[in-house]
Amino acid sequence: MNVFLLGKISKTLQFVYCFVIVASVSAVCYLFSTVIDYRVVALILLLAVSVVASLFDILPVLLAAVLSALIWDFFFIPPFFRFQVHSTEDRVLIVMYFLIALISGVLTYRIRKFEKEFVHKEEKANTIKLYNTLLNSLSHELRTPIATIIGATDNLQTQSNKLSVDHKNELLSEISKASLRLNHQVENLLNMSRLESGIIKPHYDWCDINEVVYSLVNQVEENNVQQKIVVKVDPQLPLFKLDKGMLEQILYNVLNNACIYTPANSLIRIDANCKSDALELIVEDNGFGFPQDEIKAVFDKFYRLKNTKTGGTGLGLSIIKGYVEGMNGTVNLQNCDPHGARFTIKIPAETSYLNNLKNE
Amino acid sequence: MNKPEIVIIDDELPIRKLLEITLHSNDYSTRLAATAKEGILMVANHPPDMVILDLGLPDEDGHSVLKKLRDWYAKPIMILSVQSSEDDIIKALDNGANDYLVKPFRTGELLARIRSLLRSKTESDVATAIISINELQIDFSTRIVKRNNEILKLTPTEYSLLVLFVKNEGKVLTHHYILREIWGPGYMTESQYLRVFIAQLRKKIEKDPNRPELIQTESGVGYRFAFNE
Repeated sequence: MNVFLLGKISKTLQFVYCFVIVASVSAVCYLFSTVIDYRVVALILLLAVSVVASLFDILPVLLAAVLSALIWDFFFIPPFFRFQVHSTEDRVLIVMYFLIALISGVLTYRIRKFEKEFVHKEEKANTIKLYNTLLNSLSHELRTPIATIIGATDNLQTQSNKLSVDHKNELLSEISKASLRLNHQVENLLNMSRLESGIIKPHYDWCDINEVVYSLVNQVEENNVQQKIVVKVDPQLPLFKLDKGMLEQILYNVLNNACIYTPANSLIRIDANCKSDALELIVEDNGFGFPQDEIKAVFDKFYRLKNTKTGGTGLGLSIIKGYVEGMNGTVNLQNCDPHGARFTIKIPAETSYLNNLKNE
Repeated sequence: MNKPEIVIIDDELPIRKLLEITLHSNDYSTRLAATAKEGILMVANHPPDMVILDLGLPDEDGHSVLKKLRDWYAKPIMILSVQSSEDDIIKALDNGANDYLVKPFRTGELLARIRSLLRSKTESDVATAIISINELQIDFSTRIVKRNNEILKLTPTEYSLLVLFVKNEGKVLTHHYILREIWGPGYMTESQYLRVFIAQLRKKIEKDPNRPELIQTESGVGYRFAFNE
């Protein structure tokens, strides 16, 4: 059982556990009480209290301390089955036992509390680090297009009569590209914050996977991509009950990512299969692939490959993961042979074949 | 002939300006309103050929403005919305909006939608037995559909679906609307029927069913039947 989970179970259950542990340790000791000295039993009980202290909250631990002291007195210190203690030495021992059990209980509990605070602080430091990475990549990703737009419009407004028609057109096309880039980044950020806040709940409806894939490919191809996209989806694929919007976001981000980071004329292949009531989408390219040691980290928020060209916020792949997991699916990244990347996305879903429909 | 007149109700000055310039340079005349109150009055005083309505207005919810206008204004209303929220769009379409555009939009798209909305209004008055759309020819009197002069074998449901689309050319039809019209109120959630029949119909009438030109998918909302004039 996970030790850290025990602190989270209900208070009553914690008391029950403490009671059971102390009682069963005492019972075992009692069985051997003819063989072991009652002073040794005290040490064993102390050990049990310390173990309890490292698992549970303070109140159940105090209960364990008091209970074990009483049990020790009642069952182990002569005269047996009475709370009286005759010898002075034993009186000192019982008081000492009680104090040590309390102190060890309280101390262990405090160490744990301190540890928890430490972990919390570390998490906070990580969040701040993530936040800084976000700010850095954002200020670059948003400022570059903004700078382009401001610069180009300044030129068009103040130097209008000095600019050649060609230059004017170039400036206008730069403004257009920059605004599309801004729009894409804002869209990504909004998606991320929606995912983070948990507002996005899948809205399941029947999807024609062929239709979704082809319309996404057409959409991506409108951005004048320099890669060749090949669709290899089985036309007889059943309908899947999925969130179509999420599926589109996933596919768009995978395709867009492939188009940004593979060299011109690369081949991007999309494959879709039905695998025992799950949709399996495979998108593979013959680009550079991912460095083997970084593959695990690429789905982390704001993670960017170490030797990557500028551009990108490190949000695209984490959004894919967010949406896939939103529909209880998995996403897997591998390098292909001889080079390139392969994304395998599996989403469990109800299916429906065309021939299952009632005839007209 | 008079220029078609469009009333624009939007609280954002840059958007109003953009729309005004775009529409003027394409031979439409415009009147601009910045609030719901002003807009409703403007449409009432002198009904325009079309209204472009922003859903996010400062003084009143766009949906309620739409409902008020629809009480008596029958000409096309196009919705502008920043939210790409599908529910919002479906609600507006159900409340009688003819079309929608999500900001940011491309000028080409805007003009194509306006042209289509203004045209469908004038053409619905003309009753014709045979119409031709690109390579497609539909004879309503004999229920015969031809593509490149070859007769297409359409099932009764496919034919009804096609007729519904043609009658509402240029307009977005929501999933619920199509299901109710073709299959009846009991089938409004049976979207799998719709997916299957749309795919079948596309295979028969489209040049490339994977890159449909006639039946366009409006993601999460419905379908639009559109042809290039």
